[in-house]
Amino acid sequence: MTGAELKELQAISLKVREHIIKMSGGGGCFIGASLSCADIIVYLYKKFLNIAPLTVKHESRDYLFLSKGHDVPALYAVLAEVGFIEKSRLKNHLKTNDNIYWHPNTNIPGVEFHSGSLGHLISVSMGVAYDCSLKNSSNKIVVVLGDGELNEGSIWEAAQIASAMKLDNLIAIIDRNQFQANIRTEHLIPLEPLERKFEAFGWNVFSCDGNDFESLEEAFLQIKNSRGRPSVLIADTIRGKGLPSIEAIADRWFCNFSEKEIQSLLNELHTKEKTNLISETLMVR
Amino acid sequence: MTYENLLQEIIETDDRFVIMTAENRAAIRNLPAQIGKRFIDVGIAEQTLVGMAAGLALRGRVPVVHALASFLTMRAFEFIRTDIGIAGLPVKLVGGVPGFLSDANGPAHQAIEDISLMRGIPNINIFCPSDEEDLLIGLTSVLMSPKPFYIRFNNLKPSIQHSKKFEIGKAEIISQGNDITILTYGMMLAESLKAKKILEKLGYSIGLMNLRTLKPIDTKSIIKALKSSSLTVTIEDHFLTGGLFSIVSEILTKEKIMANVLPVALPDRWFKPALLDDVLEYEKFNGEHLALKIIDVLQQERKFITHFY
Repeated sequence: MTGAELKELQAISLKVREHIIKMSGGGGCFIGASLSCADIIVYLYKKFLNIAPLTVKHESRDYLFLSKGHDVPALYAVLAEVGFIEKSRLKNHLKTNDNIYWHPNTNIPGVEFHSGSLGHLISVSMGVAYDCSLKNSSNKIVVVLGDGELNEGSIWEAAQIASAMKLDNLIAIIDRNQFQANIRTEHLIPLEPLERKFEAFGWNVFSCDGNDFESLEEAFLQIKNSRGRPSVLIADTIRGKGLPSIEAIADRWFCNFSEKEIQSLLNELHTKEKTNLISETLMVR
Repeated sequence: MTYENLLQEIIETDDRFVIMTAENRAAIRNLPAQIGKRFIDVGIAEQTLVGMAAGLALRGRVPVVHALASFLTMRAFEFIRTDIGIAGLPVKLVGGVPGFLSDANGPAHQAIEDISLMRGIPNINIFCPSDEEDLLIGLTSVLMSPKPFYIRFNNLKPSIQHSKKFEIGKAEIISQGNDITILTYGMMLAESLKAKKILEKLGYSIGLMNLRTLKPIDTKSIIKALKSSSLTVTIEDHFLTGGLFSIVSEILTKEKIMANVLPVALPDRWFKPALLDDVLEYEKFNGEHLALKIIDVLQQERKFITHFY
């Protein structure tokens, strides 16, 4: 990756984070998880996936499924930045005149399938992957999972079957931000050794720093060349990445900030000067 | 011609179809050898089965999905509701051994709330054939429909020759009668026919309707029956709640009709597990018992008027 490419990705991810912060007021959003996976979604759309606004319905396109749907502000923001939707639509967040709500839905161009109930889209993406392989079509099918989402039994049910079916066009990315809703994964339902679990299930396992574009690039180059089995990328991330005042803090999961706090957080994104946050964190699930 | 034969015919002429199963191959045993990779067995995993079906449907496929009715509609309920129902994808869910057909398996296998569950999901239609012939008559229309369908699978030997005229949302009117009209679906049609013969010998005029699809339901024919007979009997191998009796009750309230209705359905408990004929005898659901129940009502002139609160 050239220095110029890296700079471009970083600039977009900064804009995406600005959009996410703006969506964390007026009702709020799941800001922590959105910020942790923002760089992954930016990388996928800018560098990895063959999807563009004009080819969004083409049979040969690649697919992105957001299984942990509550991080959808990151997707909305990326879709706006790469031209699937107008940026002005993001102002409609949570408004009845649009469909920019807390979980993905197919009213938004570029969203392949709705989600919200955890543990669903790994099997849905397997159906797509199966059809693509049946047609000898070279689409890549990417599904983003949360680490907390791995509590769901349907993930492991599907993981066995994807491996049995040798769906090597399927790539699962785990946004490993170390948190369930309100508690550290290792404190509630420990996931480690996560790599060994997926290896035992018959997947190709990769890991990277999910908030670092060069590390993501390195991982995806390897994934591109792996055959015969489905691949999983365990992307280590920081929940709330970019905002030191909420980074890796358990109760900063769903936030509804005041206008003043949002202005201060936008400043914090650039200066890293911590905001004095007083808004209550809402628990919504 | 069997279910499997017809399915194979459809698959061979229409590329969209894929056959899926959660290792329930009883009705589709010979297909894997015939259709190769368009036969997808996910193993004993109903959630992944339904989720994958949704994904295949997103790519333009029409998955015909097989699992035991209880595990398909209950273990995978939320996948059906969330992935098939919300998106309205044309997935065909085939539930094996529904209702009494689970005979000696016991309560875990008893899908006697399946209609209630499936009917509550927007977009999902329900086809309840009364036997193999009825299944084959309706199958092509159901599979070609752009709607998701729950098929309450039944390939018992037919007890009558069915009308070949099939339309989704239209009942098969087997006979019309002034005294009693029996509304039924699925395997209980055969027992209803036996009851009808007994009652006819006693001089009653009996109407009999095989509803075929419970969603959409043939409201028009049901209203006609309710208005023209002095007693309407609903017969089903399903809980009293949420099935045909509930559907009829909803129609009565909505249309502001007063009518005598005798529901024959399973009360608030699971049925005695045994071989099918013994289940029907024990639970008093065979033709003789059905006739006795109806005669009892007629003789006592008890009015089964449905009440609404």
